[in-house]
Amino acid sequence: MSDNLVEIENVSFAYGKRPILKGINLVAPRGKVIAIMGGSGCGKTTLLRLIGGQIKASQGTVRVDGKLVNDLDQDALYQLRRRMGMLFQFGALFTDMSVYDNVAFQMREHTDMPESIIRDLALMKLNAVGLRGARDMMPSELSGGMARRVALARAIALDPMLIMYDEPFAGLDPISLGVIGNLIRRLTDALGITSIVVTHDVQESLKIVDYVYFVSEGVIVAHGTAEEMKNSSAPFVHQFIHGEEDGPVPFHYPSVDYASELISESSHV
Amino acid sequence: MFNGVLDWLRGIGASVINGVWRLGYASRFFMLTLLGSGTSFRRFQLTINEIYSTGVLSLIIILVSGLFVGMVLGLQGYETLQRYGSAEALGTLVALSLVRELGPVVAALLFASRAGSAITAEIGLMKATEQLSAMEMMAVDPIARVVAPRFWAGVFSMPLLAAMFSAIGVFGGYLVGVVLIGVDNGAFWSQMQAAVDFRHDVLNGVIKSLVFGIAVTAIALFEGYDAPPTAEGVSGATTRTVVTSSLVILALDFVLTAFMFRGV
Repeated sequence: MSDNLVEIENVSFAYGKRPILKGINLVAPRGKVIAIMGGSGCGKTTLLRLIGGQIKASQGTVRVDGKLVNDLDQDALYQLRRRMGMLFQFGALFTDMSVYDNVAFQMREHTDMPESIIRDLALMKLNAVGLRGARDMMPSELSGGMARRVALARAIALDPMLIMYDEPFAGLDPISLGVIGNLIRRLTDALGITSIVVTHDVQESLKIVDYVYFVSEGVIVAHGTAEEMKNSSAPFVHQFIHGEEDGPVPFHYPSVDYASELISESSHV
Repeated sequence: MFNGVLDWLRGIGASVINGVWRLGYASRFFMLTLLGSGTSFRRFQLTINEIYSTGVLSLIIILVSGLFVGMVLGLQGYETLQRYGSAEALGTLVALSLVRELGPVVAALLFASRAGSAITAEIGLMKATEQLSAMEMMAVDPIARVVAPRFWAGVFSMPLLAAMFSAIGVFGGYLVGVVLIGVDNGAFWSQMQAAVDFRHDVLNGVIKSLVFGIAVTAIALFEGYDAPPTAEGVSGATTRTVVTSSLVILALDFVLTAFMFRGV
């Protein structure tokens, strides 16, 4: 058994003719929290969708627990997904079900467990995220942070080997940020799962992750431990971590020279 | 000039290719829905829940509309029939109009507006809020779990709604014709009983409403599933469901009527 739960080798992916990922190499060791960071639209979420088998790489290989995700048929892919959990950006809770039913959903779909055992397990998962008392609430009654905690309880319902988090910190208040960050770390350590966190929240994620990959324009531009990244002198990493306005990612969207555009405009008037 | 014509031709070609592609995609979606229907019958409670949403919640609009359509038929029918001294045939006119045509067609149009639009909006929003993706990532097929139960609920509900529309419509015709205007009660019912044939009229009406149910529900589900995951995309898909369903109902009605009641 390989030490790495997820192995991505030389993966490229394009939507039509628009390349999104180019020659990505990435590994996620078992029991670790890995962060994939980068600006909006750089291909981070696409990477998660490749690992989950929702899209197929146009080139290269994606392996999860030794299985080549690209080659799996639907049944084999669904078997693999039963051992994965995913936390979507805004929770993606089923809006017609209560908090409790959301957490119990996978147990009812995939197991023959009696309702009494499902109840105990669902309450245990909800207790782990601190929301046992909210079991009867509907998703529309939850705050953003609570919805994500419920989604996290749902993601760990069947004790997965891997959890993928798509922007788990987006739009949260500082308290919820800390709660979600700590939960990711605690659950990873307590359950021995592997976590892959796609985020652009530098401060919160560097506190909890073991290893970071920086993605820019579809390629990995830097990677290392959180400490190495904090001290990195690579221009992109430096700009990203310190939130600098200008750098390898320019402030201005590419365009013709401003002065010459003004002159050409005035000559038209 | 030449380039303009070329662009125009390219535009036509692109729309035709796009139309054919969409039709193929819709057919594939329909096939997958049929193939994934096992869950809808194995766990029939899922389908029953959807019958409540699509069928039971459409009852009010169907019953109220049916009553008024029947009452209008009573008034208009009496107005015409009494000119020829055949006011007693009012029951026949009301019943045949409703059972053969108005019941299935108007009920289907109302079903498309009430339940079809709701199905599209619900599926579209589930897609926009990543609920369908979440289900896929939990190794649960959204077509089997979400789409197929709604499809069968629509197919079961539509003939029942059309039957209720016709029944309450006949009652509306009775209220106006017999109670209000004073057409003979015995003639109203006995002529209706003699003229309406179970197989030729009632059964054909049920077949029509079954076909409309399949068409409306399939269109509503496909539009929702195919909707761009934005507010604008979902609203556009909802509108398309109502427009496309209404046109398809009317076109299918002509074809079915031509086969069922040709020269009779």
